[in-house]
Amino acid sequence: MERNINRKRIDSATIISAAIVLCLYIAVFIAEQILPSTSMLFTVLKKGATYALVAVSMNLCNGFTGIFSLGQAGFMLIGAYVYGIFTIPVISRADVYQYYSGGLVQFTLPVFVAMLLAGLAAAFFAFLIGLPVLRLKSDYLAIATLGFAEIIRALFQWDKLGPVTNGSNMLRLFPTFNDFNIRGADGQVTVYLSTLVPLLISGVCIGAIILLINSTFGRALKAIRDDEIAAEAMGVRLASHKRLAFCISSFFAGVGGAMLAMYQTTVQAKSFTTAMTYEILLIVVIGGIGSVTGSCISSFLFVAASEWWLRFLDQKQMIGNFEVPLLRNGFRLVVFSIIIMIVVLFFRRGIMGTRELPDIIRGWQRKKKGGASK
Amino acid sequence: MSGQASMLKVKDLKVNYGGIEALKGISFDVEQGQIVTLIGANGAGKSTTLRAISGLVKTASGAINFLGRDIIPFNAQQVVAEGIAMVPEGRRVFDNLTVKENLKIGAYLRKDKEEIEAGIEDIYQRFPRLKEREWQLAGTLSGGEQQMLAVGRAMMARPKLLMMDEPSLGLAPLVVKDIFSIIRELKSEGITILLIEQNANAALRCADQAYVLETGRITMSGTGEALLADQRVRDAYLGSTAR
Repeated sequence: MERNINRKRIDSATIISAAIVLCLYIAVFIAEQILPSTSMLFTVLKKGATYALVAVSMNLCNGFTGIFSLGQAGFMLIGAYVYGIFTIPVISRADVYQYYSGGLVQFTLPVFVAMLLAGLAAAFFAFLIGLPVLRLKSDYLAIATLGFAEIIRALFQWDKLGPVTNGSNMLRLFPTFNDFNIRGADGQVTVYLSTLVPLLISGVCIGAIILLINSTFGRALKAIRDDEIAAEAMGVRLASHKRLAFCISSFFAGVGGAMLAMYQTTVQAKSFTTAMTYEILLIVVIGGIGSVTGSCISSFLFVAASEWWLRFLDQKQMIGNFEVPLLRNGFRLVVFSIIIMIVVLFFRRGIMGTRELPDIIRGWQRKKKGGASK
Repeated sequence: MSGQASMLKVKDLKVNYGGIEALKGISFDVEQGQIVTLIGANGAGKSTTLRAISGLVKTASGAINFLGRDIIPFNAQQVVAEGIAMVPEGRRVFDNLTVKENLKIGAYLRKDKEEIEAGIEDIYQRFPRLKEREWQLAGTLSGGEQQMLAVGRAMMARPKLLMMDEPSLGLAPLVVKDIFSIIRELKSEGITILLIEQNANAALRCADQAYVLETGRITMSGTGEALLADQRVRDAYLGSTAR
């Protein structure tokens, strides 16, 4: 009861923001029932939801705590594998682990339990490597975490671990987003949920991160980011706070990894490259370091641009009889790089800076009031 | 000093940075309810002394006794919990947090939520400017306002002893005056203050007890008035020869 007294008062801007998010969910649900399920929109939303979660988790570490970690792909890999290993149906295991006589694990966990486990495994690894690595600062920490991600990638492809990880072969046949669709008795899909559920999972996780950021703990993290020594002088324990933030961030990266596994329908260690970490870092930078809203918006924009809107750049395009020059396989990446350079040069604070959705609504409200009083 | 027990007793304190002796064995006392100041030039070891007391640097030898307890083995967090708060050099407010959030961080180790809220109101009463800027980011405040915030933030820990490191550094003369009147006010409310200053003139004027630090040693001590009148102090720190 005591807690209610000092809870931040919930103003209209927060309610409006929540309403906007709710409307978006309803819109997605409706769209999913009407539009064909092969529409590019849903691909983008599914992958966007996954990347949004990972980007926000990276923002928690890099933007709110000031730990410049580049281990995201490594933690996602752990999450994806843990999810895959524990959810492949027992009957399919002989098929998947064909070179390892069916593999070691011979049981199957429910999807959500496996996702939770994926997060916990990633957090556990984060705890272990955090012990030595979190003593480092800025660039050194970035290099060390980058190295960790590479080691993990090599480790999971190691032949000796094959009975568990399937070596360098891919994991497959585990439940994917499409299994969230509700099917009737005849096997036909009656309610499409394969886009809504990932968005919901991601939303719940991001919601948890937002609550965390606005708590006393989150405030201490921001204090550490702004000035470590002053924070320590205020009685904030640097080591334990950083470690906890790092583990929590990795937990959600692990859950994001599990979601990526579901999105891709297969998992292979060699696809979790440094480039994946950079993609996420880009999303964070473009969205605004220190803004959850920014990370979410830019994830969907990034995924939409790279998977959908800029696809045409990779194919020959004809305008009448004229063949547009330069357009060929790989040109998309060139355009993409240019866009990124423009963002970095001219919009250094990203789309949102450090603002959040309610802040913007508050700004509008103030403007309106100002206009009315004139 | 005889008879009455001091609040803070520092004895033969030595601190090394690598191979360099920053403090070569200093001893001083801070009596309850007084303003005690350490003055000295750059690199004399003033800040090192504060950092040693607040547990931010390791001491080589010596004793620090606060209210009868040895606080040498304590880390920064435990020192704050014992009732020693610090206003760090250069203010060091958290730029990207609002004024209110800064104050809340100051009360980080306190768990009594309602009293923290009341504490914030107290600070606002003392510094109405902070109330006006409640939702502003601390980085956007002026230097003087940031110093007020730094003092307010330290006060949020409800310290028995408030240590201030160069509170007048980089502030306009008029603002410096404000800061020193705040220090006097805090004293009149019964807060004990350990003040470190390069602005020897202003510091000695408000100090009950003063010590002069020179390259890691205390070379002179006395009441603020006595040192203010001392010719050597005047020559070295108050610039009377420059006239």
